[in-house]
Amino acid sequence: MASELRLSRAKLAAPFARRVEELSGENPYACYQCGKCSAGCPFADHMDALPNQVLRLVQLGDEAALSLSAPWVCASCHACGVRCPKGVDIARTMEALRVLALRRGITPTPVRPDRPYPQIALIGAYRKLTP
Amino acid sequence: MKTLAYFPGCALKDQARADENGTLAALARLGYEVREIPRWNCCGTVYSLAQDDLMRHVGPVRNLLRVQGMGEGRVLTLCAMCYGTLSRSARFVEDPERLRRINAFLAPDAYNGGVEVVHLLTLLRDEVGYERLAAQVKRELNGLKVAAYYGCVLLRPREYAVDDPDGPTVMERVVEALGGGAVPFPERMECCGAYLTVTQKGVVEGRVGRLLRSARAGGADVVVTTCPLCQFNLEERRPAGAPALPVLYLGQLLAWALGADEPAVGAAITGISSGVRHG
Repeated sequence: MASELRLSRAKLAAPFARRVEELSGENPYACYQCGKCSAGCPFADHMDALPNQVLRLVQLGDEAALSLSAPWVCASCHACGVRCPKGVDIARTMEALRVLALRRGITPTPVRPDRPYPQIALIGAYRKLTP
Repeated sequence: MKTLAYFPGCALKDQARADENGTLAALARLGYEVREIPRWNCCGTVYSLAQDDLMRHVGPVRNLLRVQGMGEGRVLTLCAMCYGTLSRSARFVEDPERLRRINAFLAPDAYNGGVEVVHLLTLLRDEVGYERLAAQVKRELNGLKVAAYYGCVLLRPREYAVDDPDGPTVMERVVEALGGGAVPFPERMECCGAYLTVTQKGVVEGRVGRLLRSARAGGADVVVTTCPLCQFNLEERRPAGAPALPVLYLGQLLAWALGADEPAVGAAITGISSGVRHG
């Protein structure tokens, strides 16, 4: 995540951030980077960027957010959303990133179920992987 | 007898059959005439979080339409995932414009809104009541120590929580009303990994190991859940070395305590009285 950061008015008005806001219904600029979401995320260990860092990229209009594994590791458990002091339901932001990625043809590794699964598991998984 | 419309969902007819059988037997003993809704379809499992994804609300709303067709004003769910999609979609179409657009898919039928989605836990707390439930107990749980596991969907997002999302007590109170002992279980509100079980098995194993160790540390003999996906993960994704606690549905515990046939609970109780402790 450590890289050069160039802030500009243009970036903050980026269509990307607006699009994520539109799809998620959550205002990315409400986040003040306290990190409470990442502290409580049960899946943070497996993410290439922490939830607050993902939100930061969105704030900066950085489309690198679409290539991260983090949104795919997110299980929409909403632990972040219930804790956020600014009321940002980050699970919705993650969904918006997944949906945007899928609609642009950026897909995670194809799923090949290795055994029979209950419907509830398969349907949950495929819903996440279809735009 | 009080009639109660019931949405089973896929799992209750398959892997979670014991939950359905147990709960229906228990509800009959509590004076409910449970009526399965006709022509129900998949709830969608995962609620759509994208604002422009109206299509994914059609399935859950069509189920609410069936409830309306029965002349009922509310519908019972046992599965936590079904509770999540149905209750959230019910709220989603409270907006007239959204309802109009969803109804375009349901034509010539039309959902009028207003069906209330009730989970088994809230029914037991708010309508049956812990005292009346306790008065119906026919069979001892013999001090069975239970880790009441909520997981995600019963408690989050906050607006749909069946209880206080920061400190729920409803499942523990039900277990105690039935004569079981609810043990401290700090991880009871944490996600099991859900559908990542298909795509990222290792992640789920890590979660499940942590949950089972937490339940065991509290002294649990069994874990009880209302979510078939949690049940699957806790049994099938248990990493080596984690406590092998039986993972039962709340309906199984209910059925046993109220005097219906429920071998799995019987086996768990026998295991304890014969001194066999898991893990």
